[in-house]
Amino acid sequence: MSTARAISQLFLWELVKGLGLTLKYMFFKKRVTINYPYEKGAISPRFRGEHALRRYPSGEERCIACKLCEAICPAQAITIEAEPREDGQRRTTRYDIDMTKCIYCGYCQEACPVDAIVQGPNFEFATETREELYYNKDKLLANGDRWETEIAQNIALDAAYR
Amino acid sequence: MVDIVKFLINPFGTMIGGILMLLVPILIGVAYYTYAERRVIAAAQLRKGPNVVGPFGLLQPFADAVKLLFKETIVPAGSSRFVFIIAPMLTFVLAMVAWAVIPVGEGGWFADGPWVIADINVGVLYLFAISSMGVYGIIMAGWASNSKYPFIGALRSAAQMVSYEVSMGLIIVSVIVCVGSFNLSDVVRAQKDLWYVIPHFPLFIVFFVSILAETNRAPFDLPEGESEIVAGFFLEYSSMSFALFFLGEYANMLLMCAITTVLFLGGWYAPFDVAWLTWIPGVIWFALKVCLLAFVFLWVRATVPRYRYDQLMRLGWKIFLPFTLFWVIATAGVLVAFGWLPNA
Repeated sequence: MSTARAISQLFLWELVKGLGLTLKYMFFKKRVTINYPYEKGAISPRFRGEHALRRYPSGEERCIACKLCEAICPAQAITIEAEPREDGQRRTTRYDIDMTKCIYCGYCQEACPVDAIVQGPNFEFATETREELYYNKDKLLANGDRWETEIAQNIALDAAYR
Repeated sequence: MVDIVKFLINPFGTMIGGILMLLVPILIGVAYYTYAERRVIAAAQLRKGPNVVGPFGLLQPFADAVKLLFKETIVPAGSSRFVFIIAPMLTFVLAMVAWAVIPVGEGGWFADGPWVIADINVGVLYLFAISSMGVYGIIMAGWASNSKYPFIGALRSAAQMVSYEVSMGLIIVSVIVCVGSFNLSDVVRAQKDLWYVIPHFPLFIVFFVSILAETNRAPFDLPEGESEIVAGFFLEYSSMSFALFFLGEYANMLLMCAITTVLFLGGWYAPFDVAWLTWIPGVIWFALKVCLLAFVFLWVRATVPRYRYDQLMRLGWKIFLPFTLFWVIATAGVLVAFGWLPNA
């Protein structure tokens, strides 16, 4: 053992250095805690939160019932039934997402050719019963109406990278 | 007011009053020590710690106490019921009774002598006896739980406390030969001009590390090492019996800080014999010193990782024991050689 090492061990130098570091953190560093329900952290435009079905500005729903999302969904959380409407257009009669099965992989919005099904920025949709998490078409369209501003902005921000 | 003073002057009244005046601040102190620990460690990890219950989270200890009180006490089926229940009580009571001989101040408006419940001439021996009995609460808990992790925790704790008590004893002997009395008030009075932390500084460090080990604190918290034996000896405890262990442990930490203050930091004396410093009552100085040491307990916990068991034993037996033994002999030698022996 070298003399320098022996002296540094005798005076517990490493220990003193460690204590100095924690003291520095205690008094001279900014706290990183976010006071959650009152303060929220920034989330990316690509954040994959609660699902929503979007509409065109005219109010017409975007979904054309191609069922690509249903096909790609790895958790098989999406159930779609479709038939032609009176005007001959193909539309869904049923669009259900079982949110308890969903793994938030984002494949449905990647697969969608008309940007109808998207995952919005909302992550605070916890419920008290399991049944409330079986979303139907009405719920998803309502989500779309509620979050359209944010969703449209996120899609615009992310468009440059696609 | 006069009635209260009369009640306190009456010998029985003085005793009850004194005990209340000591125990109530200690229990409040213990409650807030748990809060302080969470805040200090949070600060070291750049978190905020409890800050919701009351202003700055100051009511958190009481919220926790109420929660624990209302929970169900679970006694495991295979446990030894009586020992299982009595163990936390023993730990808690022992942590409290040891305070009887700690002098927290002297003179002033309501006492002539030192502010201590039992000013006995064998105070140091009493403290040693009580702190050695502390291990019984842990062993009883570990054994009565009839479960493997508590058992391992209790065995580790017993071995650890026995190992470090040896060097603690020798450290106290070094201090006692300088004082010439087993009375803790005399120990403090002997430090009026020079606190023992200055001539005995290496001893102070060794003593502080030993009390960390004695109270099962990080980095020597093997008896309750969460990552290996879940919670150690109080794994099977819940509700108020758990709270008693918890309070006992924190009361023990404050007690050890108080003992360090008495032995090394000049008890109730101000750091310098300057007028405006000596105006502050001794008990405040005592409390400040205890708080400082208690803060270092938390500071060390926020800094140092846990020792391995063989490292712990090596430190106790192969470094601290020879060192303190050498220091006892050196101190005695110096005292004899220079004719500084007290009561000579």
